[in-house]
Amino acid sequence: MADTIELRDIEVWDGNMAASHALRQVQVDVVAAYPITPSTPIVENYAGFTANGYVDGEFVMTESEHGAMSCCIGAAAAGGRVATATSSQGFALMVETLYSASGMRLPIVLNVVNRAIGAPLNVNGDHSDMYMGRDSGWIQLDSYCPQEAYDLNFIAFKVSEDHDVRLPAMVHQDGFMTSHTAQGVHTLSDEAAYNFVGEYKPMNDMLDLDHPVTHGVQTEEDWHFEHKARQQHALMTAVLPKIEAAFADFEKLSGRKYNLVEKYNMEDAEVAVVCMGTSVETAREVALEMRQNGIKAGVVGIRVFRPWPLEQLAATLKDVKAIAALDRSSPHGTVGALFNEISGSLFNTDTKAVLTNYIYGLGGRDLTKAHLVSIFTDLKANADAGKPTTALQQYIGLRGPKLSFF
Amino acid sequence: MEKKGWDGFEIGAMLRTFDGAVSDIATTLPENRPYSQSSSFTASVADWRIEKPLFNKDYCIDCQFCWVYCPDMSIISRDKKMVGIDFDHCKGCGICVQVCPTNPKSLLMFPEQKDEEAALAEWPKKDTNKAHAEEAKED
Repeated sequence: MADTIELRDIEVWDGNMAASHALRQVQVDVVAAYPITPSTPIVENYAGFTANGYVDGEFVMTESEHGAMSCCIGAAAAGGRVATATSSQGFALMVETLYSASGMRLPIVLNVVNRAIGAPLNVNGDHSDMYMGRDSGWIQLDSYCPQEAYDLNFIAFKVSEDHDVRLPAMVHQDGFMTSHTAQGVHTLSDEAAYNFVGEYKPMNDMLDLDHPVTHGVQTEEDWHFEHKARQQHALMTAVLPKIEAAFADFEKLSGRKYNLVEKYNMEDAEVAVVCMGTSVETAREVALEMRQNGIKAGVVGIRVFRPWPLEQLAATLKDVKAIAALDRSSPHGTVGALFNEISGSLFNTDTKAVLTNYIYGLGGRDLTKAHLVSIFTDLKANADAGKPTTALQQYIGLRGPKLSFF
Repeated sequence: MEKKGWDGFEIGAMLRTFDGAVSDIATTLPENRPYSQSSSFTASVADWRIEKPLFNKDYCIDCQFCWVYCPDMSIISRDKKMVGIDFDHCKGCGICVQVCPTNPKSLLMFPEQKDEEAALAEWPKKDTNKAHAEEAKED
Protein backbone atom coordinates (compact mmCIF):
# COMPACT_ATOMS: atom_id res chain seq x y z
CA MET A 1 0.00 0.00 0.00
CA ALA A 2 1.42 3.39 -1.01
CA ASP A 3 2.57 5.78 1.71
CA THR A 4 0.66 9.04 2.03
CA ILE A 5 2.18 12.51 2.18
CA GLU A 6 1.06 14.97 4.84
CA LEU A 7 0.64 18.15 2.83
CA ARG A 8 0.45 21.61 4.34
CA ASP A 9 -2.83 23.48 3.69
CA ILE A 10 -0.92 25.70 1.30
CA GLU A 11 2.15 24.37 -0.50
CA VAL A 12 4.47 26.46 -2.67
CA TRP A 13 4.26 24.57 -5.95
CA ASP A 14 4.74 25.37 -9.59
CA GLY A 15 2.21 24.01 -12.07
CA ASN A 16 4.26 20.91 -12.78
CA MET A 17 4.60 19.95 -9.12
CA ALA A 18 0.89 20.62 -8.61
CA ALA A 19 0.02 18.24 -11.46
CA SER A 20 2.46 15.59 -10.14
CA HIS A 21 0.82 15.61 -6.73
CA ALA A 22 -2.64 15.38 -8.27
CA LEU A 23 -1.56 12.28 -10.22
CA ARG A 24 -0.08 10.78 -7.06
CA GLN A 25 -3.17 11.51 -5.00
CA VAL A 26 -5.61 9.80 -7.38
CA GLN A 27 -3.32 6.72 -7.46
CA VAL A 28 -2.94 6.25 -11.19
CA ASP A 29 -2.43 2.60 -12.19
CA VAL A 30 -0.16 3.29 -15.17
CA VAL A 31 1.82 6.41 -16.06
CA ALA A 32 3.73 5.84 -19.32
CA ALA A 33 5.84 8.81 -20.28
CA TYR A 34 8.56 10.29 -22.40
CA PRO A 35 9.71 13.58 -20.87
CA ILE A 36 9.82 16.84 -22.83
CA THR A 37 10.33 20.46 -21.78
CA PRO A 38 8.46 22.13 -20.10
CA SER A 39 6.34 19.18 -18.90
CA THR A 40 9.36 17.08 -17.85
CA PRO A 41 9.08 17.74 -14.09
CA ILE A 42 5.53 16.31 -14.00
CA VAL A 43 6.73 12.80 -14.84
CA GLU A 44 10.11 13.33 -13.16
CA ASN A 45 8.43 14.20 -9.85
CA TYR A 46 6.00 11.34 -10.35
CA ALA A 47 8.86 8.89 -10.96
CA GLY A 48 10.32 10.12 -7.67
CA PHE A 49 7.05 9.47 -5.87
CA THR A 50 7.00 5.96 -7.38
CA ALA A 51 10.61 5.22 -6.38
CA ASN A 52 9.97 6.44 -2.84
CA GLY A 53 6.90 4.29 -2.26
CA TYR A 54 4.15 6.87 -2.63
CA VAL A 55 2.59 5.21 -5.67
CA ASP A 56 1.25 1.67 -6.06
CA GLY A 57 0.90 1.89 -9.85
CA GLU A 58 3.38 1.31 -12.64
CA PHE A 59 5.67 3.92 -14.14
CA VAL A 60 6.72 3.00 -17.68
CA MET A 61 9.48 4.80 -19.56
CA THR A 62 8.84 4.59 -23.29
CA GLU A 63 10.90 5.25 -26.40
CA SER A 64 8.85 8.23 -27.64
CA GLU A 65 5.67 10.19 -27.01
CA HIS A 66 3.95 8.06 -29.63
CA GLY A 67 4.97 5.06 -27.54
CA ALA A 68 3.92 6.76 -24.31
CA MET A 69 0.38 7.41 -25.48
CA SER A 70 0.20 3.98 -27.14
CA CYS A 71 1.16 2.42 -23.81
CA CYS A 72 -1.50 4.54 -22.07
CA ILE A 73 -4.08 3.30 -24.59
CA GLY A 74 -3.15 -0.32 -23.92
CA ALA A 75 -3.27 0.18 -20.18
CA ALA A 76 -6.61 1.99 -20.36
CA ALA A 77 -8.09 -0.74 -22.57
CA ALA A 78 -6.79 -3.31 -20.08
CA GLY A 79 -8.78 -1.51 -17.40
CA GLY A 80 -6.53 0.86 -15.46
CA ARG A 81 -6.54 4.50 -14.40
CA VAL A 82 -4.00 6.05 -16.76
CA ALA A 83 -2.24 9.38 -17.18
CA THR A 84 0.79 11.04 -18.75
CA ALA A 85 2.16 14.47 -19.65
CA THR A 86 3.72 16.11 -22.68
CA SER A 87 4.34 19.34 -24.58
CA SER A 88 4.85 20.73 -28.07
CA GLN A 89 6.80 18.43 -30.43
CA GLY A 90 6.02 15.50 -28.16
CA PHE A 91 2.36 16.33 -28.32
CA ALA A 92 2.65 16.50 -32.10
CA LEU A 93 4.17 13.02 -32.13
CA MET A 94 1.26 11.79 -30.00
CA VAL A 95 -1.43 13.14 -32.30
CA GLU A 96 -2.12 9.92 -34.20
CA THR A 97 -2.63 8.02 -30.97
CA LEU A 98 -4.79 10.80 -29.46
CA TYR A 99 -7.43 10.03 -32.08
CA SER A 100 -7.17 6.33 -31.22
CA ALA A 101 -7.68 7.02 -27.51
CA SER A 102 -10.83 9.08 -28.06
CA GLY A 103 -12.25 6.82 -30.77
CA MET A 104 -11.71 3.80 -28.53
CA ARG A 105 -13.47 5.72 -25.73
CA LEU A 106 -10.63 5.29 -23.25
CA PRO A 107 -10.41 7.61 -20.25
CA ILE A 108 -6.83 8.88 -20.12
CA VAL A 109 -5.68 12.12 -18.50
CA LEU A 110 -2.98 13.98 -20.41
CA ASN A 111 -1.31 16.99 -18.81
CA VAL A 112 -0.28 19.27 -21.66
CA VAL A 113 2.17 21.97 -20.66
CA ASN A 114 1.59 24.31 -23.58
CA ARG A 115 4.63 25.17 -25.67
CA ALA A 116 5.33 26.53 -29.14
CA ILE A 117 5.82 24.14 -32.05
CA GLY A 118 8.87 24.54 -34.33
CA ALA A 119 10.32 25.45 -36.68
CA PRO A 120 12.06 27.48 -35.41
CA LEU A 121 12.54 25.28 -32.37
CA ASN A 122 11.31 26.98 -29.21
CA VAL A 123 10.79 25.66 -25.69
CA ASN A 124 8.59 28.47 -24.39
CA GLY A 125 4.90 28.74 -23.89
CA ASP A 126 2.23 29.39 -26.48
CA HIS A 127 -0.95 27.56 -27.40
CA SER A 128 0.10 25.87 -30.66
CA ASP A 129 0.00 22.36 -29.16
CA MET A 130 -3.33 22.94 -27.42
CA TYR A 131 -4.83 24.15 -30.71
CA MET A 132 -3.42 21.14 -32.54
CA GLY A 133 -5.43 18.88 -30.23
CA ARG A 134 -8.77 20.54 -30.73
CA ASP A 135 -10.17 18.12 -33.33
CA SER A 136 -8.79 15.01 -31.63
CA GLY A 137 -11.95 14.15 -29.70
CA TRP A 138 -10.45 14.84 -26.26
CA ILE A 139 -11.94 16.98 -23.51
CA GLN A 140 -9.67 20.03 -23.09
CA LEU A 141 -9.59 21.90 -19.77
CA ASP A 142 -7.47 25.02 -19.45
CA SER A 143 -5.80 26.29 -16.28
CA TYR A 144 -4.44 29.78 -15.75
CA CYS A 145 -2.22 29.15 -12.67
CA PRO A 146 -0.72 26.26 -10.62
CA GLN A 147 -3.76 26.05 -8.33
CA GLU A 148 -6.01 25.40 -11.30
CA ALA A 149 -3.57 22.92 -12.85
CA TYR A 150 -3.90 20.97 -9.58
CA ASP A 151 -7.68 21.23 -9.27
CA LEU A 152 -8.51 20.53 -12.91
CA ASN A 153 -6.66 17.21 -12.80
CA PHE A 154 -9.25 15.91 -10.33
CA ILE A 155 -12.07 17.20 -12.54
CA ALA A 156 -10.45 15.56 -15.56
CA PHE A 157 -10.26 12.09 -13.96
CA LYS A 158 -13.78 12.31 -12.57
CA VAL A 159 -15.39 13.34 -15.85
CA SER A 160 -13.24 11.27 -18.19
CA GLU A 161 -13.81 8.01 -16.26
CA ASP A 162 -17.59 8.51 -15.92
CA HIS A 163 -19.29 5.65 -17.77
CA ASP A 164 -21.61 8.11 -19.55
CA VAL A 165 -18.53 9.92 -20.89
CA ARG A 166 -15.56 7.54 -21.35
CA LEU A 167 -13.54 10.13 -23.26
CA PRO A 168 -9.93 11.14 -22.60
CA ALA A 169 -9.17 14.57 -21.15
CA MET A 170 -6.31 17.04 -21.38
CA VAL A 171 -5.43 19.48 -18.63
CA HIS A 172 -3.57 22.43 -20.13
CA GLN A 173 -1.24 24.85 -18.39
CA ASP A 174 1.06 27.49 -19.90
CA GLY A 175 4.66 26.38 -20.34
CA PHE A 176 6.98 28.10 -17.83
CA MET A 177 4.48 30.85 -16.96
CA THR A 178 2.41 28.29 -15.04
CA SER A 179 4.56 25.17 -15.13
CA HIS A 180 7.69 26.73 -13.62
CA THR A 181 6.21 29.59 -11.59
CA ALA A 182 5.85 28.65 -7.93
CA GLN A 183 2.76 29.99 -6.18
CA GLY A 184 0.76 29.12 -3.09
CA VAL A 185 -1.46 26.15 -3.91
CA HIS A 186 -4.29 25.15 -1.56
CA THR A 187 -4.08 21.38 -1.23
CA LEU A 188 -6.49 18.54 -0.59
CA SER A 189 -5.47 15.75 1.74
CA ASP A 190 -4.50 12.52 -0.03
CA GLU A 191 -7.68 10.90 1.27
CA ALA A 192 -10.00 13.75 0.24
CA ALA A 193 -8.43 13.99 -3.22
CA TYR A 194 -8.72 10.23 -3.82
CA ASN A 195 -12.27 10.08 -2.56
CA PHE A 196 -13.32 12.96 -4.80
CA VAL A 197 -12.25 11.03 -7.89
CA GLY A 198 -13.15 7.66 -6.39
CA GLU A 199 -12.07 4.13 -7.13
CA TYR A 200 -11.58 3.41 -10.81
CA LYS A 201 -14.55 1.55 -12.30
CA PRO A 202 -13.47 -0.48 -15.33
CA MET A 203 -15.66 -0.76 -18.43
CA ASN A 204 -15.16 -3.22 -21.31
CA ASP A 205 -11.73 -3.95 -19.86
CA MET A 206 -9.53 -6.56 -21.47
CA LEU A 207 -8.63 -8.00 -18.06
CA ASP A 208 -12.27 -9.06 -17.58
CA LEU A 209 -11.48 -12.57 -18.81
CA ASP A 210 -15.11 -13.72 -18.62
CA HIS A 211 -16.02 -11.12 -21.27
CA PRO A 212 -13.25 -11.11 -23.87
CA VAL A 213 -13.23 -7.98 -26.07
CA THR A 214 -11.38 -6.74 -29.11
CA HIS A 215 -10.35 -3.07 -28.86
CA GLY A 216 -9.20 -0.91 -31.76
CA VAL A 217 -11.14 -2.51 -34.59
CA GLN A 218 -11.25 -1.43 -38.24
CA THR A 219 -14.44 -0.04 -39.77
CA GLU A 220 -14.92 1.15 -43.34
CA GLU A 221 -17.66 3.20 -45.01
CA ASP A 222 -20.37 0.87 -43.74
CA TRP A 223 -19.71 1.40 -39.99
CA HIS A 224 -17.16 4.21 -39.45
CA PHE A 225 -19.60 7.12 -39.76
CA GLU A 226 -21.91 5.70 -37.08
CA HIS A 227 -19.06 5.17 -34.61
CA LYS A 228 -17.80 8.74 -35.10
CA ALA A 229 -21.35 10.06 -34.67
CA ARG A 230 -21.70 8.17 -31.40
CA GLN A 231 -18.42 9.66 -30.16
CA GLN A 232 -19.49 13.19 -31.12
CA HIS A 233 -22.89 12.65 -29.46
CA ALA A 234 -21.21 11.81 -26.14
CA LEU A 235 -18.82 14.75 -26.44
CA MET A 236 -21.62 17.17 -27.29
CA THR A 237 -24.34 16.04 -24.87
CA ALA A 238 -22.78 14.22 -21.90
CA VAL A 239 -19.57 16.08 -21.17
CA LEU A 240 -20.53 19.67 -20.30
CA PRO A 241 -23.24 18.63 -17.78
CA LYS A 242 -20.79 16.18 -16.18
CA ILE A 243 -18.11 18.88 -15.95
CA GLU A 244 -20.60 21.26 -14.34
CA ALA A 245 -21.60 18.58 -11.83
CA ALA A 246 -17.95 17.87 -11.06
CA PHE A 247 -17.29 21.62 -10.63
CA ALA A 248 -20.22 21.81 -8.17
CA ASP A 249 -18.94 18.80 -6.17
CA PHE A 250 -15.46 20.27 -6.18
CA GLU A 251 -16.71 23.61 -4.88
CA LYS A 252 -18.38 21.78 -1.98
CA LEU A 253 -15.10 20.02 -1.20
CA SER A 254 -12.61 22.86 -1.71
CA GLY A 255 -14.55 26.11 -1.81
CA ARG A 256 -13.04 26.85 -5.20
CA LYS A 257 -15.57 27.48 -7.96
CA TYR A 258 -14.99 26.80 -11.63
CA ASN A 259 -17.21 27.52 -14.65
CA LEU A 260 -17.31 26.34 -18.26
CA VAL A 261 -16.78 29.97 -19.23
CA GLU A 262 -15.08 32.17 -16.63
CA LYS A 263 -16.46 35.72 -16.42
CA TYR A 264 -14.68 38.63 -14.83
CA ASN A 265 -16.46 42.00 -14.56
CA MET A 266 -18.82 40.92 -17.31
CA GLU A 267 -22.13 41.99 -15.64
CA ASP A 268 -22.12 45.44 -17.27
CA ALA A 269 -19.17 45.07 -19.64
CA GLU A 270 -19.25 47.07 -22.86
CA VAL A 271 -15.96 45.68 -24.17
CA ALA A 272 -14.46 42.26 -23.50
CA VAL A 273 -11.29 40.33 -24.09
CA VAL A 274 -11.63 36.55 -24.58
CA CYS A 275 -8.46 34.55 -23.94
CA MET A 276 -6.96 31.48 -22.30
CA GLY A 277 -4.12 30.52 -19.98
CA THR A 278 -2.06 32.97 -17.93
CA SER A 279 -3.21 35.85 -20.17
CA VAL A 280 -6.57 35.72 -18.41
CA GLU A 281 -4.98 36.87 -15.15
CA THR A 282 -3.12 39.76 -16.80
CA ALA A 283 -6.25 40.81 -18.69
CA ARG A 284 -8.30 40.79 -15.47
CA GLU A 285 -5.88 43.21 -13.84
CA VAL A 286 -5.88 45.53 -16.85
CA ALA A 287 -9.68 45.42 -17.14
CA LEU A 288 -9.96 46.73 -13.57
CA GLU A 289 -7.57 49.57 -14.43
CA MET A 290 -9.54 50.37 -17.60
CA ARG A 291 -12.66 50.67 -15.47
CA GLN A 292 -10.97 53.38 -13.41
CA ASN A 293 -10.57 55.24 -16.72
CA GLY A 294 -14.26 54.93 -17.50
CA ILE A 295 -14.11 51.97 -19.91
CA LYS A 296 -16.49 49.21 -18.90
CA ALA A 297 -14.04 46.38 -19.53
CA GLY A 298 -14.54 42.70 -18.84
CA VAL A 299 -12.63 39.47 -19.40
CA VAL A 300 -13.85 36.06 -20.50
CA GLY A 301 -11.65 33.03 -19.87
CA ILE A 302 -12.26 29.79 -21.72
CA ARG A 303 -12.10 27.04 -19.09
CA VAL A 304 -13.37 24.23 -21.33
CA PHE A 305 -11.94 24.52 -24.83
CA ARG A 306 -13.39 21.18 -25.97
CA PRO A 307 -16.25 20.51 -26.04
CA TRP A 308 -16.71 24.16 -26.96
CA PRO A 309 -19.27 25.83 -24.65
CA LEU A 310 -21.10 27.53 -27.55
CA GLU A 311 -24.34 28.41 -25.77
CA GLN A 312 -22.65 29.54 -22.55
CA LEU A 313 -20.26 31.77 -24.49
CA ALA A 314 -23.05 33.31 -26.58
CA ALA A 315 -24.98 34.10 -23.38
CA THR A 316 -21.88 35.62 -21.78
CA LEU A 317 -21.22 37.94 -24.73
CA LYS A 318 -24.78 38.86 -25.72
CA ASP A 319 -24.76 42.43 -24.37
CA VAL A 320 -21.16 43.32 -25.19
CA LYS A 321 -20.47 45.91 -27.93
CA ALA A 322 -16.89 45.03 -28.85
CA ILE A 323 -14.95 41.81 -28.35
CA ALA A 324 -11.29 40.91 -28.86
CA ALA A 325 -10.39 37.26 -29.45
CA LEU A 326 -6.79 36.70 -28.31
CA ASP A 327 -5.09 33.76 -29.99
CA ARG A 328 -1.68 32.56 -28.77
CA SER A 329 -1.05 30.38 -31.83
CA SER A 330 -0.23 31.29 -35.39
CA PRO A 331 -3.39 30.57 -37.38
CA HIS A 332 -1.35 29.88 -40.52
CA GLY A 333 -3.66 31.05 -43.26
CA THR A 334 -6.86 32.18 -41.57
CA VAL A 335 -8.15 34.05 -38.54
CA GLY A 336 -7.37 32.75 -35.05
CA ALA A 337 -9.26 29.75 -33.70
CA LEU A 338 -10.89 31.73 -30.89
CA PHE A 339 -12.02 34.36 -33.43
CA ASN A 340 -13.67 31.59 -35.44
CA GLU A 341 -15.20 29.90 -32.40
CA ILE A 342 -16.63 33.16 -31.07
CA SER A 343 -17.93 34.13 -34.52
CA GLY A 344 -19.62 30.75 -34.80
CA SER A 345 -21.11 31.13 -31.35
CA LEU A 346 -22.56 34.60 -32.01
CA PHE A 347 -23.42 34.55 -35.71
CA ASN A 348 -27.03 33.40 -35.42
CA THR A 349 -27.77 35.48 -32.33
CA ASP A 350 -29.12 39.04 -32.04
CA THR A 351 -25.82 40.48 -30.88
CA LYS A 352 -24.27 43.16 -33.06
CA ALA A 353 -20.94 43.07 -31.26
CA VAL A 354 -17.83 44.03 -33.21
CA LEU A 355 -15.34 41.17 -33.12
CA THR A 356 -11.61 41.54 -33.79
CA ASN A 357 -8.67 39.18 -33.49
CA TYR A 358 -5.22 39.59 -31.93
CA ILE A 359 -2.34 37.16 -32.44
CA TYR A 360 0.04 37.44 -29.49
CA GLY A 361 2.69 35.79 -27.37
CA LEU A 362 4.11 33.30 -29.88
CA GLY A 363 7.11 31.35 -28.60
CA GLY A 364 6.78 32.77 -25.09
CA ARG A 365 6.73 36.48 -26.04
CA ASP A 366 5.24 38.35 -23.08
CA LEU A 367 1.77 39.79 -23.24
CA THR A 368 2.26 42.99 -21.25
CA LYS A 369 -0.26 45.18 -19.51
CA ALA A 370 0.56 47.91 -22.07
CA HIS A 371 -0.50 45.52 -24.86
CA LEU A 372 -3.79 44.88 -23.14
CA VAL A 373 -4.37 48.60 -22.57
CA SER A 374 -4.00 49.14 -26.33
CA ILE A 375 -6.40 46.26 -27.04
CA PHE A 376 -9.04 47.64 -24.66
CA THR A 377 -8.54 51.10 -26.19
CA ASP A 378 -9.13 49.63 -29.68
CA LEU A 379 -12.25 47.88 -28.37
CA LYS A 380 -13.63 51.09 -26.91
CA ALA A 381 -13.20 52.79 -30.30
CA ASN A 382 -14.90 49.84 -32.02
CA ALA A 383 -17.78 49.96 -29.54
CA ASP A 384 -18.27 53.70 -30.06
CA ALA A 385 -18.07 53.40 -33.86
CA GLY A 386 -20.26 50.32 -34.00
CA LYS A 387 -17.84 48.80 -36.50
CA PRO A 388 -14.18 47.73 -36.61
CA THR A 389 -11.81 50.69 -36.52
CA THR A 390 -8.82 48.40 -36.99
CA ALA A 391 -7.97 45.46 -39.21
CA LEU A 392 -9.80 42.28 -38.18
CA GLN A 393 -6.58 40.44 -37.37
CA GLN A 394 -3.68 42.29 -35.76
CA TYR A 395 -0.39 41.17 -34.31
CA ILE A 396 0.46 42.48 -30.88
CA GLY A 397 3.94 42.48 -29.31
CA LEU A 398 5.59 41.86 -32.70
CA ARG A 399 8.75 43.81 -33.60
CA GLY A 400 9.06 45.62 -36.93
CA PRO A 401 6.34 47.19 -39.08
CA LYS A 402 2.78 46.74 -37.91
CA LEU A 403 1.29 43.51 -39.29
CA SER A 404 -2.42 43.02 -39.79
CA PHE A 405 -4.85 41.28 -42.15
CA PHE A 406 -8.41 41.71 -43.42
CA MET B 1 -25.42 -8.72 -40.94
CA GLU B 2 -28.10 -6.27 -39.81
CA LYS B 3 -26.95 -2.65 -40.18
CA LYS B 4 -27.32 -0.86 -36.87
CA GLY B 5 -27.81 2.89 -36.40
CA TRP B 6 -25.23 5.04 -34.61
CA ASP B 7 -26.95 4.53 -31.26
CA GLY B 8 -27.12 0.74 -31.67
CA PHE B 9 -23.46 0.06 -30.91
CA GLU B 10 -21.59 -0.36 -27.70
CA ILE B 11 -19.15 2.55 -27.40
CA GLY B 12 -15.58 2.52 -28.59
CA ALA B 13 -15.63 0.39 -31.76
CA MET B 14 -15.19 -2.56 -29.45
CA LEU B 15 -16.22 -6.08 -30.35
CA ARG B 16 -17.17 -8.89 -28.00
CA THR B 17 -15.90 -12.34 -28.84
CA PHE B 18 -18.72 -14.20 -27.09
CA ASP B 19 -22.39 -13.69 -26.34
CA GLY B 20 -22.57 -13.34 -22.56
CA ALA B 21 -20.03 -14.45 -20.02
CA VAL B 22 -17.73 -17.40 -20.60
CA SER B 23 -15.68 -19.45 -18.20
CA ASP B 24 -13.25 -22.30 -18.67
CA ILE B 25 -13.03 -21.46 -22.37
CA ALA B 26 -9.70 -23.26 -22.79
CA THR B 27 -11.29 -26.66 -22.19
CA THR B 28 -14.40 -25.91 -24.29
CA LEU B 29 -14.19 -27.08 -27.90
CA PRO B 30 -14.54 -24.24 -30.44
CA GLU B 31 -17.84 -25.58 -31.81
CA ASN B 32 -19.29 -25.47 -28.29
CA ARG B 33 -18.21 -21.89 -27.48
CA PRO B 34 -20.85 -19.11 -27.66
CA TYR B 35 -19.01 -17.10 -30.33
CA SER B 36 -20.81 -13.85 -31.12
CA GLN B 37 -21.75 -12.57 -34.53
CA SER B 38 -18.84 -10.13 -34.35
CA SER B 39 -16.29 -12.90 -33.87
CA SER B 40 -14.61 -13.99 -37.10
CA PHE B 41 -15.21 -17.58 -35.95
CA THR B 42 -18.81 -17.21 -37.14
CA ALA B 43 -17.84 -15.67 -40.50
CA SER B 44 -16.25 -17.13 -43.62
CA VAL B 45 -13.01 -15.22 -44.15
CA ALA B 46 -11.56 -17.52 -46.80
CA ASP B 47 -12.89 -16.08 -50.06
CA TRP B 48 -9.45 -15.07 -51.36
CA ARG B 49 -8.23 -18.69 -51.34
CA ILE B 50 -7.36 -19.97 -54.85
CA GLU B 51 -5.70 -23.23 -53.83
CA LYS B 52 -6.89 -25.45 -51.01
CA PRO B 53 -5.20 -28.16 -48.96
CA LEU B 54 -6.84 -31.58 -49.06
CA PHE B 55 -6.26 -34.29 -46.45
CA ASN B 56 -5.62 -37.99 -47.08
CA LYS B 57 -6.05 -39.87 -43.81
CA ASP B 58 -4.48 -43.08 -45.23
CA TYR B 59 -0.98 -41.60 -44.84
CA CYS B 60 -1.42 -39.36 -41.81
CA ILE B 61 0.61 -40.27 -38.70
CA ASP B 62 -1.13 -37.65 -36.46
CA CYS B 63 2.13 -35.90 -35.76
CA GLN B 64 0.18 -32.58 -35.39
CA PHE B 65 2.78 -30.59 -37.31
CA CYS B 66 0.07 -29.06 -39.52
CA TRP B 67 -2.02 -28.14 -36.47
CA VAL B 68 0.96 -26.48 -34.80
CA TYR B 69 2.09 -24.53 -37.85
CA CYS B 70 -1.26 -23.40 -39.31
CA PRO B 71 -1.31 -19.59 -38.88
CA ASP B 72 -5.13 -19.46 -38.96
CA MET B 73 -5.98 -22.35 -36.61
CA SER B 74 -7.72 -24.01 -39.55
CA ILE B 75 -6.52 -27.55 -38.90
CA ILE B 76 -9.19 -29.38 -36.93
CA SER B 77 -7.73 -31.92 -34.53
CA ARG B 78 -9.47 -33.81 -31.76
CA ASP B 79 -7.73 -35.96 -29.12
CA LYS B 80 -4.52 -35.47 -31.09
CA LYS B 81 -6.11 -37.03 -34.19
CA MET B 82 -6.21 -35.02 -37.41
CA VAL B 83 -9.88 -34.60 -38.38
CA GLY B 84 -9.86 -32.18 -41.31
CA ILE B 85 -9.62 -28.60 -42.43
CA ASP B 86 -11.76 -25.58 -41.54
CA PHE B 87 -12.42 -24.14 -45.00
CA ASP B 88 -14.21 -21.06 -43.58
CA HIS B 89 -10.90 -19.80 -42.22
CA CYS B 90 -8.16 -21.50 -44.28
CA LYS B 91 -6.47 -18.94 -46.61
CA GLY B 92 -4.69 -21.61 -48.70
CA CYS B 93 -1.17 -20.59 -47.67
CA GLY B 94 0.13 -24.17 -48.00
CA ILE B 95 2.22 -24.21 -44.83
CA CYS B 96 0.49 -27.41 -43.61
CA VAL B 97 1.57 -29.15 -46.81
CA GLN B 98 5.14 -27.90 -46.46
CA VAL B 99 5.52 -29.20 -42.92
CA CYS B 100 3.76 -32.57 -43.49
CA PRO B 101 6.53 -35.21 -43.00
CA THR B 102 4.88 -38.32 -44.45
CA ASN B 103 5.74 -40.01 -47.75
CA PRO B 104 3.58 -39.38 -49.69
CA LYS B 105 2.34 -36.24 -47.97
CA SER B 106 -1.01 -36.51 -46.20
CA LEU B 107 -1.86 -32.93 -47.20
CA LEU B 108 -1.55 -31.58 -50.75
CA MET B 109 -2.62 -28.35 -52.44
CA PHE B 110 -5.30 -28.52 -55.18
CA PRO B 111 -7.19 -25.91 -57.18
CA GLU B 112 -10.09 -24.47 -55.19
CA GLN B 113 -12.72 -26.18 -57.40
CA LYS B 114 -11.08 -29.62 -57.29
CA ASP B 115 -13.40 -32.47 -56.29
CA GLU B 116 -12.17 -34.16 -53.12
CA GLU B 117 -12.85 -37.76 -54.28
CA ALA B 118 -11.05 -37.13 -57.56
CA ALA B 119 -8.11 -35.68 -55.66
CA LEU B 120 -7.88 -38.70 -53.38
CA ALA B 121 -8.11 -41.03 -56.40
CA GLU B 122 -5.06 -39.43 -58.04
CA TRP B 123 -3.04 -39.07 -54.80
CA PRO B 124 0.67 -39.75 -55.54
CA LYS B 125 2.25 -43.03 -54.42
CA LYS B 126 5.20 -43.36 -52.07
CA ASP B 127 8.34 -41.77 -53.58
CA THR B 128 10.81 -44.65 -53.27
CA ASN B 129 13.78 -42.60 -54.47
CA LYS B 130 13.19 -40.10 -51.75
CA ALA B 131 12.72 -42.91 -49.19
CA HIS B 132 16.05 -44.53 -50.21
CA ALA B 133 17.82 -41.19 -50.11
CA GLU B 134 16.61 -40.52 -46.58
CA GLU B 135 17.56 -44.01 -45.39
CA ALA B 136 21.03 -43.50 -46.88
CA LYS B 137 21.34 -40.18 -45.07
CA GLU B 138 20.43 -41.80 -41.76
CA ASP B 139 23.12 -44.44 -42.33
